[in-house]
Amino acid sequence: MSKTNEVIIAGFGGQGILFAGKVLAYGGLMCDKEVSWLPSYGPEMRGGTANCHIIISDAPIGSPIITEPNVLIAMNKPSLDKFENAVVSGGTIIVDSSLIDRKVERDDVNVFYIPATQMALDMDASKMANMIILGKLIKEADVLTYDELKKGLEKCVPPSKADLIDFNMKVIDAGYNY
Amino acid sequence: MSDKVLMKGNEALAEAAIQAGCRLFFGYPITPQTELAAYMAKKMPKVDGLFLQAESEVAAINMVYGAAGAGARVMTSSSSPGVSLKQEGISYIAGADLPCVIINIVRGGPGLGGIQPAQSDYFQATKGGGHGDYHLIVLAPSSVQEMVELTSLAFDLGDIYRMPVMIMGDGALGQMMEPISFDDVKKYEVPEKTWATTGTKMKRKRNIINSLYITPDELEELVWEREKKYDVIRANEARAEEYMTEDADYIIAAYGTTARIAKNAIKTLREQGIKAGLIRPITLWPFPSDVFNKAADTAKAFLSVEMSTGQMVEDVKLAVNGKKDVFFFGRTGGMVPTPAEIVEKIKEIDGGVK
Repeated sequence: MSKTNEVIIAGFGGQGILFAGKVLAYGGLMCDKEVSWLPSYGPEMRGGTANCHIIISDAPIGSPIITEPNVLIAMNKPSLDKFENAVVSGGTIIVDSSLIDRKVERDDVNVFYIPATQMALDMDASKMANMIILGKLIKEADVLTYDELKKGLEKCVPPSKADLIDFNMKVIDAGYNY
Repeated sequence: MSDKVLMKGNEALAEAAIQAGCRLFFGYPITPQTELAAYMAKKMPKVDGLFLQAESEVAAINMVYGAAGAGARVMTSSSSPGVSLKQEGISYIAGADLPCVIINIVRGGPGLGGIQPAQSDYFQATKGGGHGDYHLIVLAPSSVQEMVELTSLAFDLGDIYRMPVMIMGDGALGQMMEPISFDDVKKYEVPEKTWATTGTKMKRKRNIINSLYITPDELEELVWEREKKYDVIRANEARAEEYMTEDADYIIAAYGTTARIAKNAIKTLREQGIKAGLIRPITLWPFPSDVFNKAADTAKAFLSVEMSTGQMVEDVKLAVNGKKDVFFFGRTGGMVPTPAEIVEKIKEIDGGVK
């Protein structure tokens, strides 16, 4: 049976939603999986809601548009409101509890709360809540291994910014170990 | 470790064009194809090429006309409202028998419409958006890798048949990233451009690029001559992908992003015991009519699924030629059909067709 992960990451523009998705997609690519990455685009990128659909699969990918994700990462309340009910039964929802003051209402999904934005601030990395939450994701859901995520990160950070990889991994570790 | 890279559809199109030898790009920015022009702006100077942001789409297509006349591999890109503006120039280029590549990353219309993916420019692309008896070869990729392959093919077909070729994508294809490789892209042999206006150097008769023929019998002869060329293309260049059609009772017709959504629906339908398949036109013009007509001998019914209110469905009907019923399901205005909606529609047809 082939394995397919359909992940939606959603939040505000500026939270690094698309970049987090790119790291995941590259992680999949580096271990020879089929991957697709589809961003929302247009005015929402500038301060409104942004989201990104990532599929990582052993089999060729049909639609790149996800209607029933098995993983949802919600980085703000409008995103949780919008996608909570779309997640398949038995799926996983990861919530940035620094920014979302409500609980997930469903009881048929695995829910993990992590104060990603606060943790990032505490690490003096205010724009890296996305990396905190990726760390949490790979620990709690069978999407990528730690090493695969690291390879994905290394691949999508341009050589000119390679010195940032270690710090990114430190932030990912914080999420992973939370 | 993979040699493949992830690229957005728009960027992959641009890189594929450069690798196909395109060194001139004229365009004007518009969502959702802006990354294509941005990539050209960055890369063209590095390969001794030229990226020029024109003052308008009308100017850009006329720059393409000029460069094509000089025999260059040249490209322009836009999205729906911008492609409407280019139509006059496209008609002139077709009338002057010049090769070029035009990209349309389609968004919702009409008018300024929206910026989300659509397929509502099918009529414009395949039935002649400009005036006169002419056609474009219209290629419809459904993955980023296929965008790469069809870009190379577009330049080759344009040169072989001396005509403009359009690549029609949609906002989702332009924006999405998938792993791609530029290795093994098929190249075709193309004729020398002896007709190009590159200067006679006093060694040959002058070449003239023109679409004005004031004497009607002369123009008629030329138009029929061109029609014969179109017949050759109809016979030789129609392309389609068939997916699970062999035993299919219901055949979905869909192209581009919609075809991928249809594949998801087909998997679900088959799990529920309904034999569905897909014919995905890769060339929208020439339309792969034979594939549909042949399938009509064994299938019970057809369903055209489009991001429009029903455009390609007319070509499916012409191809099926009354042998079987042809149904339609579409979303438009930037809305994308879901697999569940397609499953529902096929079940509805399954309930009514015996």
